[in-house]
Amino acid sequence: METVTFDLEKTPLREVNQYLHSDAAELDGKTVTITNPGGAHNIAVGLKADVDVVIDGHAGYYAAGMNQVANVVIEGSAGTGVAENMMSGRVHVKGFASNAAGATAQGGLLVIDGDAGLRCGISMKGVDIVVGGSVGSFSAFMAQAGNLVILGDAGEALGDSLYEARIFVRGNIQSLGADCEVKPMDEEARQILVKLLKESGHADVDPDSFTLLGSARTLYNFHVDNAGAY
Amino acid sequence: MCGIVGLLVKNQKMRANIGGLMLPMLIGMTERGPDSAGLAIFGAPVDNSERKFSLYCASPEFDWAKLSVDLNNGLKADAKVEVKVNHAVVTTNTSPESVKAWLNEHYPQVHLLSVGQLMDIYKDTGTPAQVASRYDFSKLSGSHLVGHTRMATESAITPSHAHPFTAGEDWCLVHNGSLSNAHSIRRKLEHEGISFETDNDTEAACRFLQWRMREGDDLKTALEHGFEELDGFYTLLMGTKDQLALVRDPFACKPAIVAEHDDYVAIASEFRSLAHLPDIKNAKVFEPAPKEMYVWKL
Repeated sequence: METVTFDLEKTPLREVNQYLHSDAAELDGKTVTITNPGGAHNIAVGLKADVDVVIDGHAGYYAAGMNQVANVVIEGSAGTGVAENMMSGRVHVKGFASNAAGATAQGGLLVIDGDAGLRCGISMKGVDIVVGGSVGSFSAFMAQAGNLVILGDAGEALGDSLYEARIFVRGNIQSLGADCEVKPMDEEARQILVKLLKESGHADVDPDSFTLLGSARTLYNFHVDNAGAY
Repeated sequence: MCGIVGLLVKNQKMRANIGGLMLPMLIGMTERGPDSAGLAIFGAPVDNSERKFSLYCASPEFDWAKLSVDLNNGLKADAKVEVKVNHAVVTTNTSPESVKAWLNEHYPQVHLLSVGQLMDIYKDTGTPAQVASRYDFSKLSGSHLVGHTRMATESAITPSHAHPFTAGEDWCLVHNGSLSNAHSIRRKLEHEGISFETDNDTEAACRFLQWRMREGDDLKTALEHGFEELDGFYTLLMGTKDQLALVRDPFACKPAIVAEHDDYVAIASEFRSLAHLPDIKNAKVFEPAPKEMYVWKL
């Protein structure tokens, strides 16, 4: 497998991102390594090819945002909005991720080995997110579809105004947001959890140690008793 | 926006070059704050009987030599004045109250930026690189520093509106964020006899902490009162004679990242400003949690 390496101390990020937007014929099957990322913003955004990208260090804001198909590994931490609006493919952060990881993402798998900051999976629309550590407050706020798996703890107002996304939590939850409630773990949900644990390198973790959360669906329709709240 | 940086050097040998280590940190925050920059540096202390006064005058033609002579004649003092462009550091054993009163009366156009035994403050308009080169930031030595790059969103772009702000001797604060109740805090504090130099929202936060500490709070208690009183977004970084302290608002709306290394502790809004630091690969890098106070001591 061919490897192409860019050193961000020597090559401008725009050139690297332009290369990553080359035709499929150029990129398919390749591994592109980016060294000395130095916390730069927008590394490897909008990828559409079947390419492996390794970011060898800490990435800044919006790394691997809008990703499609590509497999992006960040060896260090990721700044705000990693894999935001991802459509498909896989993004793996080996360190921690800052706020709004996987925000609004519609598909693919986001794996964070460390902790994720506040608002992880906010408005997620179909992505699967597995966090090896804990998540900050307001995670999965208005999450519409997809699965958020949290191996550690969750902060305040988890799943506030939740739609049809599933949240699996193994640790403690500081508080649940409005309309988020504990659900019985049915077989379908359990199988999804087992599959995601396996795909994210946590096959050894007991799926029965998780609590499933979902929407109580009381906010779906206007209720006259709530009129005072508007 | 705005960028903040802080550096506390534990390795004694590296302290002579704290300015050189810091410079890429400040310049790394240019996109977050291109209109002004400022720095508080904690260096070697003056004699116990003395104080340092950081002064600023907007006029580039200002005659600092005359101020020096007038000050020494007027206050029967033996003040030393070190001039850097339109900033000067005055060292004297005359009491701070006398110096402040004298400046107010005779040189109202001169701003008193800080008073202390270790801390000098420089702040001005321009890009971080321009301000750093104007005041030779790269040549500074000292144990710790607090810096700021400003993108003004709520008040004018002037040197006085730039950060750091001070609230007492050898005490400074920089802020990334915006406060929505700065004016009501100000009205409240003015009734308590606290006076303001600008209409900057950060100054309101700074004076609030100054007031709480005047009322007997330690820094931790003052910041706990701050969480109740300050409405808005903030990452606040504070410097005192022997420590740096950091808090983020309960929603972590504004960023911060920390690198703890055997030789130093470095704080910035983003990792971009830490990437160049020596042996950063072996530092413990983490994001401070919201609504928690972090303190690093010398």
